[in-house]
Amino acid sequence: MGWFGETMDSVKSIQIRQALSQALTLGPYNPEPMCLIFGAGLIVTSALIIWKGLICMTGSESPVVVVLSESMEPGFARGDILFLHMSEDPIRAGEIVVFNVDGRDIPIVHRVIKVHERKDTGEVYVLTKGDNNDDDDRALYARGQHWLQRRHIMGRAVGFLPYVGWVTIIMTERPIIKYILIGALGLLVITSND
Amino acid sequence: MHSFGYRANALLTFAVTILALMCAMASISDNLNHPTPTSQVQVLNINWFQKQPNGNDEVSMTMNISADLQSLFTWNTKQVFVFLAAEYGTPKNSLNQISLWDGIIPTKEHAKFWIHTSNKYRFIDQGSNLRGKEFNLTLHWHVMPKTGKMFADKIVMSGYRLPQEYR
Repeated sequence: MGWFGETMDSVKSIQIRQALSQALTLGPYNPEPMCLIFGAGLIVTSALIIWKGLICMTGSESPVVVVLSESMEPGFARGDILFLHMSEDPIRAGEIVVFNVDGRDIPIVHRVIKVHERKDTGEVYVLTKGDNNDDDDRALYARGQHWLQRRHIMGRAVGFLPYVGWVTIIMTERPIIKYILIGALGLLVITSND
Repeated sequence: MHSFGYRANALLTFAVTILALMCAMASISDNLNHPTPTSQVQVLNINWFQKQPNGNDEVSMTMNISADLQSLFTWNTKQVFVFLAAEYGTPKNSLNQISLWDGIIPTKEHAKFWIHTSNKYRFIDQGSNLRGKEFNLTLHWHVMPKTGKMFADKIVMSGYRLPQEYR
């Protein structure tokens, strides 16, 4: 009897281990309802962890941005993804920065063409321009604003990945596609029990 | 285990992984290139030099810019953005960088160029410090890859001293 009890214990522990490893790998294996919830939760939390981890590593509050306009053609096209980095390094001419202008919701990705750095405070005064635009960005800034300062700048672009951003552009412009996609994924998770 | 959904999922995951790996390798391969660009700039003429009504100095000049940036191009290079900046310090500012001219080089064939131009962007100081001021002319370039990390570097060239008087 003692032997049998031991075997049962080890069988149980195998089942628990399998359930655990399944949840960890998000793999398909005879999903119990609890496992499903666990698995879905794991997807959400790991996405959150990656996002927050990126924010920590890059020091920028939005480490990845999607290019929405043609103002930086032919370098960056609509739908390209930029990786941002916000370090303590001073901002210099030629760098591509992402900045927020007071009274505008959507951040802008443009290149720095002029820099004035104060000796006493270290504050920078920056003028930007889109590579594909004829004029500098003074017309885009808030009324009466001539320069961008440190507080306007969210990060500088360090890396580049083409086309991937189209996914988010399509989803924001056609929300119905987003709901279909989420629904299909949910259905797949629930029905996949083989 | 072997339904259509899973196979499609596995195939998609695999394809995206391979694509990501290839992008990473293409970006890493840029590090193997050790470029040796050269450039020269000559200031030919000060067209005019004056103080604006708001007290800032402004200067307009004509330059000859020549550069050979062919060695910057690799198979992962989409374009090279090149610009010439005037850089100087003033009592108020530890650094002033003013882009005077810029251009986009789309291919290696266009990377050896010579241009005669006046400054494309206005050369305006924050204040009135430009008389007799010596500044550095620096050629900067930013390499935009087809995918991956962007590179930037510069050549600092001989300086130029602005005249003592407005003209």
